[in-house]
Amino acid sequence: MAKFHIPKSNRPVPLLEPRIAALTAVMFAVLGLVSVRLYYLQVLHHKENVELADRNRIRIQRLPAPRGLVFDRNHRPLVDTKPSFDAQLVPEDSDNLSLTIERLERYTGADQIAGKISDADEEGRPPYEPVTVAERLGWQQVVALEAHQLELPGVSLQITPARHYLYGQLAAHLLGYVGEVTKNDLIQKADYHMGDEIGKFGLERVWESSLRGDAGGQEIEVDAVGRRLRVLKEIPDKPGESIVMTIDLNLQQAAEQAMAGKNGAFVALDPRNGDVLAMVSHPAFDPDIFGGGVKASAWRELTTDPNHPLQNRVIQGIYPPGSTFKIVDTIAGLQEGTLNPETAYNCPGGLWFGGREYHCWRHQGHGTIELHDAIVRSCDVYFYNVGAKLGVDRIAKWSNQLGLGIKSGIDLDHENPGTIPSSAWKQKRFHERWYPAETLSVAIGQGYVATTPLQMAQVAAQVASGGIRYRPQFVKYVEGLDGNIAKSYPPVIENRIKIDPDALEVVKDAMADVVNGAGGTAHKAHLDNVVVCGKTGTAQVVGNNAPVGESEEEDKTPDQFKDHAWFIAFAPKDHPTIAAACIIEHGGHGGSASAPVIHDVFQRYFQLNPPPPKPEIARVLEDASPSQ
Amino acid sequence: MAGGDRRFILHFDWTLFIVVLALAGIGLVSVISASYTSAHRTLDPLVIRQLIWIGAGIVAMLIAVLVDYRTLQAYAYPFYVLVIGLLIAVMISGHATGGSRRWINLGAFHLEPSELAKLAVVLVMVRYLREEPPKGGWGLRHLIIPFILLGIPAALVLKQPDLGTGLILVLITLTLIFVSGLNLRTMLVLAMAAMLAAPLSWHYLKPYQRQRLVSFINPQADPLGSGYHIIQSEIAIGAGGPFGKGFLKGTQARLNFLPEQSTDFIFAVFAEEFGLAGALLLLTLYAGVIARGAWIARHARDRFGALLAVGLTAIVFWQVAVNIGMATGMLPVVGITLPLVSYGGSSLIAMMAAMGILISINTRRYLF
Repeated sequence: MAKFHIPKSNRPVPLLEPRIAALTAVMFAVLGLVSVRLYYLQVLHHKENVELADRNRIRIQRLPAPRGLVFDRNHRPLVDTKPSFDAQLVPEDSDNLSLTIERLERYTGADQIAGKISDADEEGRPPYEPVTVAERLGWQQVVALEAHQLELPGVSLQITPARHYLYGQLAAHLLGYVGEVTKNDLIQKADYHMGDEIGKFGLERVWESSLRGDAGGQEIEVDAVGRRLRVLKEIPDKPGESIVMTIDLNLQQAAEQAMAGKNGAFVALDPRNGDVLAMVSHPAFDPDIFGGGVKASAWRELTTDPNHPLQNRVIQGIYPPGSTFKIVDTIAGLQEGTLNPETAYNCPGGLWFGGREYHCWRHQGHGTIELHDAIVRSCDVYFYNVGAKLGVDRIAKWSNQLGLGIKSGIDLDHENPGTIPSSAWKQKRFHERWYPAETLSVAIGQGYVATTPLQMAQVAAQVASGGIRYRPQFVKYVEGLDGNIAKSYPPVIENRIKIDPDALEVVKDAMADVVNGAGGTAHKAHLDNVVVCGKTGTAQVVGNNAPVGESEEEDKTPDQFKDHAWFIAFAPKDHPTIAAACIIEHGGHGGSASAPVIHDVFQRYFQLNPPPPKPEIARVLEDASPSQ
Repeated sequence: MAGGDRRFILHFDWTLFIVVLALAGIGLVSVISASYTSAHRTLDPLVIRQLIWIGAGIVAMLIAVLVDYRTLQAYAYPFYVLVIGLLIAVMISGHATGGSRRWINLGAFHLEPSELAKLAVVLVMVRYLREEPPKGGWGLRHLIIPFILLGIPAALVLKQPDLGTGLILVLITLTLIFVSGLNLRTMLVLAMAAMLAAPLSWHYLKPYQRQRLVSFINPQADPLGSGYHIIQSEIAIGAGGPFGKGFLKGTQARLNFLPEQSTDFIFAVFAEEFGLAGALLLLTLYAGVIARGAWIARHARDRFGALLAVGLTAIVFWQVAVNIGMATGMLPVVGITLPLVSYGGSSLIAMMAAMGILISINTRRYLF
């Protein structure tokens, strides 16, 4: 034992004792401090920490409801949803984010992925929550992503229902489009969340609340890497309601086809109730490209296109109505008593007024003519006289009665009311009095007068219906999830004017002869089995001072200076069931450019809705089968 | 050992032995929780390994009890040299995980020499400090050799880098110097020098270590980066509440929000599932080890035994304080295991052997 260090006393460490005691005290004090800290965390702040732990592990995943479908009047689908592939990126899973983004952009052609991620982060994206960076990938892109999966850490494919417009550009302006909610939308609408789809334009926008449905949701438990482990709770979504429109797919297709390659607008209404049967605005756009995250380049192209493809010309395009306005003069004159079917004026080819000559489009003049021929041959001088006798304010009054200068009330955004001048209007607008000579321009639908194609279709419809103007409507009813009608839209009468039936018959006769009679300006709208009534018009393009012509001959002026070609019509003459307006921009003459469009559409319409046989034809049939 | 067997069994420190086993049991339960996933409900290989380490640890502890602690005086320096050699070997050909080289691959077992370094430093310090200090206590010049003995392994450990073990080495050395009779004026000088050195040491910290300090002061500065550990650990502990979420019900660990959940942050795993009650039980067990260690030190037969008991107790205490202090957000994050509880063979076996030595000191106080 000697080799060991031997202490002197039995309690060998008296010197150490106080220091061991001090050390022990310190140690217990530290453990005490730790206990206090534990009490603070586990008792005082227990609730907050539980919440934080739950927030860690529980993600609320919203499942947007499938959007309602859109059908035509015969319940044929126009818009539905189909599965689409989206690329998602979890930025945290990518060790070289910028390289991943670069590759992803190369394989998908998507752009601004970094911007989307920073936007999502700004919105408070939890860590490991994926960001949708490219939507609606094509097969080639999907294959490219699958093939290069290893080079793309954090990237995954997700299948989501996407809006699909079955007929591409068909009725694009009416159907509208959907897109991702903007930050502005999110501020205004509490029940929308980042990444939600929202109707941006047209029917999609106006019927958003019906189409959208109620989003469902899942509480999903995730681990620290964001992996989804299980669904803790699920709230089923409620799909959106469907919309049944008033438009007829076949008729719309006929109208699109008739308008193909032309810039302008076409709209057909049912004069008995205001149903929009077809509506075309060209050039159009493909609503599919907006589906979630339109590419910046595509958007720029659309917004900077000088032809304004996003504009719905039917309600936003304003044009001088030209000679189609003579129908308005006629109604105004007849109603005011300043005009009757026998009123005759002499047209020597022009009219001297206020010290200058106002030309008729026909330089050699029409001679002395009455109302019927004046409409059929579209005599300017005749209507200069009608207008001068009425005065601008009475023209304005009846224009308004016919729905001009005011909004039609159609459920679309950005409708332009157009302009119907009056002396009060001029005073207010230019602080100037009205000069009577200006009335002559107004009388032939020039000068300050500006109307939309929809308004002119309504003029035709109001004449067709004998004075009743319905609000144009393009939704027949909202179809609930049970297939029943959830909400219907009965016809709304906007205005009703009493027109003397005999006088109305004179106007209709004249309009029938525009299409069918000798000297009429719109023979190209003639149909064999139905009497079509119409009126051509030519809207002067600013900068072109050539006299406004009215004939079926082709105009030889270069396109950009060519006049806009108008045609308004309804059919059949008795008990009309369709009224329409068409404008072809720089089309030249209404008779040559626009009448054929209406011809094609009306022809299709009466194929789909055969008219009662004409009396003459009925007689022929009787003659042909005497034995029956 | 002749004639000592009966006394040995009579004076065996059952209290400490049972406390150690209880701590190891808590460790096993926590490792089960930390490695549990709802996906596969079988026992993780980690748990099996921990069971094996506990078994090996008990054997090591009993061997240490059987060995007369006084023989350790002879082996203190050779053991120290061996551990230095192992630390150098780690530097040259160590097995790296997580950016630092800490392990030597022994085939079935990855040896972590840092764990042995703590024992080696305690042994060699106690061996040196067993001499009675001069009147007035140790002065600065007496501390040159202890500081060199500390400096070599500390530098090697910091090089790995293993800031936690380096810190523990410093703390146990200072504890032993203090208890063995440090001159109070020298203590003041040392304290002031430490305060002056603190800003300088910033310069020698690795960027990630600086980041940890910044995160400690303001965890929200980088909640997904270096602040993440502290925040998630605090959340886990706090979510446990007074009585815990229950065994295997903790989400922070099961869903992997906790980093290093079976080793450095095992306390958070345990505290989430067993709450304040469980945590206080754990602290009480450690307090038991400390109290028992202090008692053994005071009643040891000789100065070597007394200081050795202090040193071994100090290892346990400082690791507990630093580890739980870190898990509860009171201290910056440094990687250090929770003694007897954290997963890991080297740590567990070394710590159980240390407890065996403690029991050995206690058992042998009657031997003369």
